[in-house]
Amino acid sequence: MSSTITQTPAAIPPKREITTKPRFSDRVFRGVVTSGGLSSLVILGLILIFLLFNGFSTLKTQGMHFLTSSNWQAVVSDSGQIDPKASHFGIAAMLVGTMLVAVIAVVIGVPISVGAAIYLTFYAPEAIKKIMVSAIDLMAAFPSVLFGLWGFFVLEASGEYWAKLLSKYFSWIPFFKLPAPYVTRSPFIAGLVLAVMIIPIVTSISREIFSQTPLDRMQAAYALGGTRFAMLRAVAFPYARSGIVGGIMLGLGRAMGETVAVYTVLNIVYQVNWHILFSAGGNVASMILLKFGEASPYEIKALMAAGLVLFILTLIVNSLANLIVSRTGKSGR
Amino acid sequence: MSTIEKVPTPSPRKPWAATPIDRAKTAGILAAAIVVSVIVLALTPLSGKLAFAAVFFVAYLIIDFAVSFAKAGRAAAVDSVFRGLVTTAIAIAVMPIISILVTVWIRGHHGLHWTLFTMDMHSNSFTDPVGQGGLLHAIIGTFLLVIVAMIISVPIGILTALYLTEVRGRFTRPIEFLVQAMSGVPSIVAGLFIYAAILIPFTKTVNGIQGSLALAILMIPTVARTSQEVLKLIPEDLREAGVALGGTQWRSVALVVVPAARSGLITAMILGVARVAGETAPILLLTGGSGTKNFNVFSGSLGSLPNYVWQAFSAGTPESITRAWAGILVLLVIVVILFTAARILGNRKVGKK
Repeated sequence: MSSTITQTPAAIPPKREITTKPRFSDRVFRGVVTSGGLSSLVILGLILIFLLFNGFSTLKTQGMHFLTSSNWQAVVSDSGQIDPKASHFGIAAMLVGTMLVAVIAVVIGVPISVGAAIYLTFYAPEAIKKIMVSAIDLMAAFPSVLFGLWGFFVLEASGEYWAKLLSKYFSWIPFFKLPAPYVTRSPFIAGLVLAVMIIPIVTSISREIFSQTPLDRMQAAYALGGTRFAMLRAVAFPYARSGIVGGIMLGLGRAMGETVAVYTVLNIVYQVNWHILFSAGGNVASMILLKFGEASPYEIKALMAAGLVLFILTLIVNSLANLIVSRTGKSGR
Repeated sequence: MSTIEKVPTPSPRKPWAATPIDRAKTAGILAAAIVVSVIVLALTPLSGKLAFAAVFFVAYLIIDFAVSFAKAGRAAAVDSVFRGLVTTAIAIAVMPIISILVTVWIRGHHGLHWTLFTMDMHSNSFTDPVGQGGLLHAIIGTFLLVIVAMIISVPIGILTALYLTEVRGRFTRPIEFLVQAMSGVPSIVAGLFIYAAILIPFTKTVNGIQGSLALAILMIPTVARTSQEVLKLIPEDLREAGVALGGTQWRSVALVVVPAARSGLITAMILGVARVAGETAPILLLTGGSGTKNFNVFSGSLGSLPNYVWQAFSAGTPESITRAWAGILVLLVIVVILFTAARILGNRKVGKK
């Protein structure tokens, strides 16, 4: 048999190049995705630059007084121009108000949130857990103007009663003293509304952290005869401690930046007020909204400076919080 | 020959489950606490719902502690009291949700009217009787604002998520950090930024696109973080299979990973929309609140639901307050629908088409 194969062999494909160098399409892909990923850096940077650019003149003329004084006056000179020498801009009262209201929110909201998270993680039957988690997550999506209206029309009524009760029995504590008998629209009410507003975020973060508690340690605690509380105290709390602190700070950051709800329920008065039951207070965000409507271009620059201060403040609190949360699990026994 | 004897399968035992005696005990403690609080309220000057709740709470904890202590000692008693405390916490946490939903319905449903969805406010004021004028313009406005914000923020958010999960370059950690920091930017600051960056130097007036840009800033972190969570759930096998078939990374991401995560990415989008649909502060600074229908986001004042609610609330008459609650009701229904849609999509198995 001599039927030799005479067919010319099909063209052998050239050897594939084996390389770790990405193809052109991949380089484009990585470039596009990376530039998209860097957008958060760009946006945060732009916010900082533009607020600084617009607020710089105010910060320069007012100096440290911008943070330490509580005087907000745009003086118009005879020629109809704003007189930068005579005008005073200071946000001390609003800074104090911001911290006061946010701290009230945290003090009231955090025990409730952490307790709720413990219940949802360690106690709740599956069916109840599902419903409650959905409900609390839904609350996180409620618009802030809704919280404002609810606070104004519903919470105000019962809050007034509680405020009177507190001032009656606890007026020996300086915070609860009433300089005058006006208890509506007080920082206390605003703090209550904000407490409700931060419940979803603090609950969901705490829940996430508690649910990561190592199962073997929990079972070890039970195997040693511990009750559920003993297990929580010996295992879950030490494990989750730093994460919860981070969650609390995220809640604080949220509460510090809230605008519309605070604007609605709080009587914004430009003076430093430590009496949480008294009808006067404010926070930087709501003050910006209040002054913005009738502000002259010069005053808007001052408001930009206030926005810059608020931005930096919330950025610091949030960054610290995120650092603490991401380190969870490395602490504990 | 041995016949197989049928052994009745034993029902599983659950020694940790509550027995009827336990249930009776709990019911007894609750009843006792109610009785005690009624007596206390009758004998002391305390009165009102709040006093009842407080006395009941304390009475329950004390009785619970005493009963458990007598039966099983201190550790069990502390455990039991702690359970009571966390149960109270969840009850308090859920109370505002119920209160808010009930309030919105009770106060808002008077304001619901057919004209709400067919008319705008160009020839009516907020103080007119309910039933004249509507919020069609506001619904259109909110829809436009949100769509444009979505067009801007969804690509950026998903690209960020892809960077964090697929490319994992050297900026992964810083970007993760920055995205989280960005989610804490107060909405008023986002508004001020757009005001400073666009309104002052260029447009010098209000329009819709400025509002959309501010909303996009608030939306990006939500979209990015949710998408990242979803993409993390895609099994590594799928990526490896794509690359093993000779695909470039680009092709395996575009043709395998993203389609597999499709429903999750849509969920991320919807959650982002739900986050910003009711955002008020930047809208008040940037878009204006016209009462007439405006389909052009690039020019002219654009009314929106939050703005409508805000104006109606500020007007302060009973009619306008009713309008505000009706507006809130419509807004809330939209948010709840979006949220439910996100939940349903998100619960579907990842990777299923």
